[in-house]
Amino acid sequence: MNKDLDNRNTKMMNRFDVTSRLIAKLEHEEAVIGGIGNTNFDLWAAGHRPQNFYMLGSMGLAFPIALGVALAQPDRRVFALEGDGSLLMQLGALSTIAMLKPKNLIMIVMDNGIYQITGAQPTPAAHVADIVAIAAGSGLANSAWAADEEDFERLVDEAMSASEPSLIAVRIDDKPGVGTTRRDPVQIRERFMHGLGVREPL
Amino acid sequence: MAIAEQQTSPEATQSSSDKSWHGIVLQTLKRNEISLVPYVPDRVLTPLIKNLHADPFFTTFATAREEEAVGIVSGAWMGGRRGAVLMQTSGFATLANVLASLAVPYQIPLIMFVSERGTLGEFNYGQSLVCRTMRPVLDSLALEHHTITRLDELEFIADRSIKQAVTTQAPVALILNPLLTGGKVFDK
Repeated sequence: MNKDLDNRNTKMMNRFDVTSRLIAKLEHEEAVIGGIGNTNFDLWAAGHRPQNFYMLGSMGLAFPIALGVALAQPDRRVFALEGDGSLLMQLGALSTIAMLKPKNLIMIVMDNGIYQITGAQPTPAAHVADIVAIAAGSGLANSAWAADEEDFERLVDEAMSASEPSLIAVRIDDKPGVGTTRRDPVQIRERFMHGLGVREPL
Repeated sequence: MAIAEQQTSPEATQSSSDKSWHGIVLQTLKRNEISLVPYVPDRVLTPLIKNLHADPFFTTFATAREEEAVGIVSGAWMGGRRGAVLMQTSGFATLANVLASLAVPYQIPLIMFVSERGTLGEFNYGQSLVCRTMRPVLDSLALEHHTITRLDELEFIADRSIKQAVTTQAPVALILNPLLTGGKVFDK
C-alpha cells in the first residue's frame, strides 16, 4: 500500500464544525469523551452537555477512557474524539478495542497531520501513514474516512446502530479550537458522572 | 520462580476459597465488586490472571500498555463500574503522566496491584533500577501505597485499601512483594 496521502479525495473539514454536527445528532444522552487540547476545546465550544468528559492531560487516552465507559454502560452509545497526534501515542488501544468489540463505542479521529497546539509541527505519520488503514489493520473493520460533512453525518448515523465498534476519520484543517475548556477536573468528572446517571448532586 | 511456580500450576484452577495470595486477591476484588481487570501480564501474576479469566464475574483482558489500562478503569469508574489494574514494576514506571494528569486531579479511585520485580533476588539490573523509581513516584504525588509481604496481612490490607480508595476517591497501589508471591528468580 503506497497511496498518495497528499492527494486524497477526502474533503478538508473543520474540527469545530464537525464536532457541532455530531453534537446536534445526539438525542439519547450519548457520552462524549474529548481528547486533550483542541479536540476537547471544540467539544466544549460546541456547547457543554453533562455527558461530555474533557481531558486535561494523559494524551492518547480518549479511546481507552471511552472504552471503559462503554464497558460500564453497554446500553449507552459512547463517542470518543481524538486527534491524530494523540492517537499515535496509543495505537495499541485500537487492538484492545477490536478484541473486546464493544458495539456501543464510536471513535472519531480528527486528522490534521500536525501538533496544532504546540506550533503546528507535522506528526511523524503526516505524509506516510493512513489512520483508517492502521485501524483496519488493528482489527477494527468498521473504519472509514469521511469524504465530506454529509458523509460524516451518514457515518455517524450508521455507527449509532452498528453491531461492532466504529472508527470515523476526518481530515481537518489547521485551525485551533474555538473555545477553551474550563480546567476544573473534579467538576468535569463529577458532572460527567451525574450526566451518566451514576451519581446525584449533593 | 521456583516458589512462584509451585504456587501457580496446580493451584491455578483451585476454587475460590483457596488461601493462596492470588486466591485472596481474587476474592477481595469480588467482595468489593471490582469486576473489570485489565492487565499487562507478569510471570508472578500468572495464576491470578488465569483464575480471573476462568471466573465469569470478571471482565479481564490484556492491554498494550499500563496507562491504557488506567484509562479504561478510569472511564469505567465514571460509568459506574469498578476496576483494578494489574502490572509489574516496570509497568508502573510508565504511569507518572497518567497518575498526575488523570487519576489524581480528577479524583479517581484507581486501584493498582503491582507485582514487585527488582528486589530480593533480582537478576536483571534494569529491573532493579526501575524498581527504585516506583516509591519515589508514589510519594511525590502523596499516593497511598502498601508493600504486602505477608499472606496473613494480605486480605486486611487489600480489602481496607480498596474501600479507602473508593470512599476517599484517591488512587492506591498495592505492591505484591516477593516475600508474598515468591517473586521471579534467575533460573527460569
